Amino acid sequence: MEILVCAKRVPDTSENEIQLNAAGRDIERDELVYSINEADNYAVEEALEIAARVGGSVTVVTVGSEEDEEILRREMAMGANHGVLISDEAFTGSDGRGIATILKAFVHKGTYDLILTGVQAEAGAGEVGGMLAAMLEYPFASLVNSIEVLEGRRLKISREIEGGNREVGEIDLPCVLSIQTGINEPRYVGMRGIRAVASVPVPTYRASDLGLEANAVGAAAAKVKRLDYFVPTHGKGAEILAGSREENIEKLLDLVAANGGLQ
Amino acid sequence: MFATTQSISQVTSWLHPEQGLFLLIHLLGLVCFAYIVTRRLVPLVRAERDLRFDKPLARLGKICQFWLGQWKHPRYRTAGVLHILIFTGFLLLAMRAFTVLIVGVSENFVMPGLKGETGHVYEVMTDYAATVVFLCMVFAITRRLAFRPVRYEVPAKFGRAHKADAIFLLSLIAILMLADSLFEAARAVGQIPAGHGVQFSAAFSLPWLLKIALASTPLPALGRLYFAAYLLHEVVFYFLLCYRPFGIQFHVETSLFNIYFSKLDKGMLKPVKWGVSEEHLNQVKSFGVKTFSDFTWKHMLDFYSCADCGRCSDNCPANAAGRPLSPRFFTTKARDYAFHHYPMFGHAGNGQPLIGSIYSGDEIWSCTTCGACEQECPLLIEYIDKVVDLRRGLVDEGNVPQSLQKPLKALESRGNPYGKMEKKRVDWIQAKDFQQVCRVKTLDNNHAAKTLYFVDSITSYDPRMQSIGRATAKILNHLGENFGILGAAERDSGHEVRRFGEELLFMALRDKNVDAIKASGVETIVTADPHAYNALKHDYQDVPPVEHISQVLARAVKLGKIKFNPAEDENTYTYHDPCYLGRHNQVYDDPRNVLDAIPGLKRVEMKRSRDRSFCCGGGGLMLFYEPKEEERMGVKRIRMAAEAGANVIVTACPFCMANLEDAIKVAGLEGNMRAIDLAELVEQKLACENSTGKTAGAPEIHQECVPGR
Repeated sequence: MEILVCAKRVPDTSENEIQLNAAGRDIERDELVYSINEADNYAVEEALEIAARVGGSVTVVTVGSEEDEEILRREMAMGANHGVLISDEAFTGSDGRGIATILKAFVHKGTYDLILTGVQAEAGAGEVGGMLAAMLEYPFASLVNSIEVLEGRRLKISREIEGGNREVGEIDLPCVLSIQTGINEPRYVGMRGIRAVASVPVPTYRASDLGLEANAVGAAAAKVKRLDYFVPTHGKGAEILAGSREENIEKLLDLVAANGGLQ
Repeated sequence: MFATTQSISQVTSWLHPEQGLFLLIHLLGLVCFAYIVTRRLVPLVRAERDLRFDKPLARLGKICQFWLGQWKHPRYRTAGVLHILIFTGFLLLAMRAFTVLIVGVSENFVMPGLKGETGHVYEVMTDYAATVVFLCMVFAITRRLAFRPVRYEVPAKFGRAHKADAIFLLSLIAILMLADSLFEAARAVGQIPAGHGVQFSAAFSLPWLLKIALASTPLPALGRLYFAAYLLHEVVFYFLLCYRPFGIQFHVETSLFNIYFSKLDKGMLKPVKWGVSEEHLNQVKSFGVKTFSDFTWKHMLDFYSCADCGRCSDNCPANAAGRPLSPRFFTTKARDYAFHHYPMFGHAGNGQPLIGSIYSGDEIWSCTTCGACEQECPLLIEYIDKVVDLRRGLVDEGNVPQSLQKPLKALESRGNPYGKMEKKRVDWIQAKDFQQVCRVKTLDNNHAAKTLYFVDSITSYDPRMQSIGRATAKILNHLGENFGILGAAERDSGHEVRRFGEELLFMALRDKNVDAIKASGVETIVTADPHAYNALKHDYQDVPPVEHISQVLARAVKLGKIKFNPAEDENTYTYHDPCYLGRHNQVYDDPRNVLDAIPGLKRVEMKRSRDRSFCCGGGGLMLFYEPKEEERMGVKRIRMAAEAGANVIVTACPFCMANLEDAIKVAGLEGNMRAIDLAELVEQKLACENSTGKTAGAPEIHQECVPGR
């Protein structure tokens, strides 16, 4: 099975202190460290596990700049067969639809049976997967938390629904799935693995390679624009329970139950 | 076949007619033994390299101390004394055993040097040796059957009990001693000329008793007894020789080699591959131990040498906490694997991964590398290097618990496991009330110092542990040290990164630290973190000498450079030895001497202290690991402190502090038990009037001394 995973490089929320810049239009990016979006990492792990079970290859693609190559190498160190960077000045300022358009053009360059995305990017809107499926006219399922390959180019999948329940269904290949975190336990990528793929070439596709018209992508084509970023103002302080340990446990349980946390 | 005439010449040829039979048994026994040992050596020959042929004198020293001297044995009084008696008995009896074997084919043989009076003295000694060994066997069997020491039990998950096998082997040795004594008694009685009364030597020994019992036995019966005893001795001897390599008694043969080739530099960790320099590591195809043949030959010899005494697991904190790790079974499982996959006949069947077959990932991640097992093992079996090698294999396969992946990734990108920004490493010195009393230099092109205070990640970033950092800085300040920190240029020491198997990440962190330390131009390093101390001392090369703050303090106390206010409290203190200060670096007395220098401080010892200290739960990345366990190690440790009658547990390690403070809460002992770092306690008790000259070399430091944090 030929699997394509669409990934994105994002500021790592566990390793940064995210602050707004002075203009309030973006976050302060000077000292940020980046890594692959967490859900995308689960998608790559899932693709690798499927390929290990039924054969095939895994390609990881990202739309970005030269700096984004690092996440492709990390995923190649994990075991992905190919990494592809899609990068062009013309893509700057693309909205979700623009990114989906670019990815659609790339998908048509190859023959992929299964396309995976993370359920959403940490700095994103969770929109690209669904749009890509629509543009390709492929079936789509979101929040997927298990995949089983069936006979006759079909998958049995389950989706996470409200309250931690699962919805189980079948989907025809080729299709696009957005992968929920927790679907697997992604393998660790050590320094050694990254060094081993350091010299493997990563091809870069430009707009012209994908046959994309400049006016179909980038800021000009974007129909969704970011106007502002803001930090919510601090609300009323947390309630500190006063009393003995036992009393506090009682009160806490009551509070949690009263707010729907216990069933 | 036995003559009825009573003469010495007849007696001494009782065995003669059967020389052919004895020769056959000898040859059969020796050929079998040689074959078995050769087969046992097969995996060792195919194993990884291990450079252990250096420093013969140091190794002979190990032999004298740990093999001949049985150094570790008395740590378990009863079993230890028993073993020393048996071991000494065996050593004494070794030459006799050879003589007896040769007598079978050359009946009048006497070992050169053992003729006449010397021979007589040796005979008396061996008579007693055989008796002692026999009695020890009886005692050991009784102990196994009636008293059943807990540490010999085998939980169902680790396979069948070894008791029957142990008793079988003990019985065979007892029979061997009995046969030998009977043989000697029959010979001695047979040699008495008719009608003569003789005084037997070695009174009350087993042969002596048998001689008296046999004194009136008719000569033909004596002859048959003599022959039977010899045959029994020979058969049992060779059976034992050939049976031992199949079980726990193989150590009789392997212990000498295992101790000779034991590890000389205890603090050092095994390199990824012996004989491969760091620059060539990228050419190594596979890291760590994945299959059995990835172990080094010495580590395999360790597996063969385990006597299954259970001392390691009896002291292992992971085992005590109910984690899925028991060093004893870690070894016996590997030995069983070797026996099964390198059989006596047919081809070796190595190749299957060890994780998932005999070991689980959880088992290998459960070890805190505290070293209690290695400290205890009488045979000097190594565990930490094997665990680290298995972890290297797991890391290489990407098989790392999710709980550890985030901190490892953060260490890679930010140089600390929390993912905090580099520049925040100096936050701890910027607390206002601290800055008023103690200014700490960050070393750079414009700021130099003689001493570097290496803070490390937990003390830099963890709000609770920052207090240890501030106390340490105040102490150094008080002592007039011209010191500074690396600040944002410091990286995690990588101590646990290395011990969790991420060698290349460790190397990257180490290189950055070494560069920063060299650039700072300092002459000495001080740290309050035993893990950083151990890393700087053993894992780093070419850095200035490093000391733990307790060593600095102990010296100051000795030189009278520091005075303390009396401990005017009703508290009872106990000192908890951090593994990487105590067991791994033998710093036991310095912290205690410092505590005892505080006037009026009441200190008690826990039962498990010094080299038997009980790990708090592990440091570094171990704080992030989520083990499967029944009870936290820290909780067990806190209970030990309470049992000793203490209400304040003093430690000298920020990781111990983290674990012990958590444990006090978990155990519900808040208010009854408190944990404090040695540096914090000392800083609170510093006597100000003696602080003259404390600012020498550090003029910008404030003169005022404000005890307390």
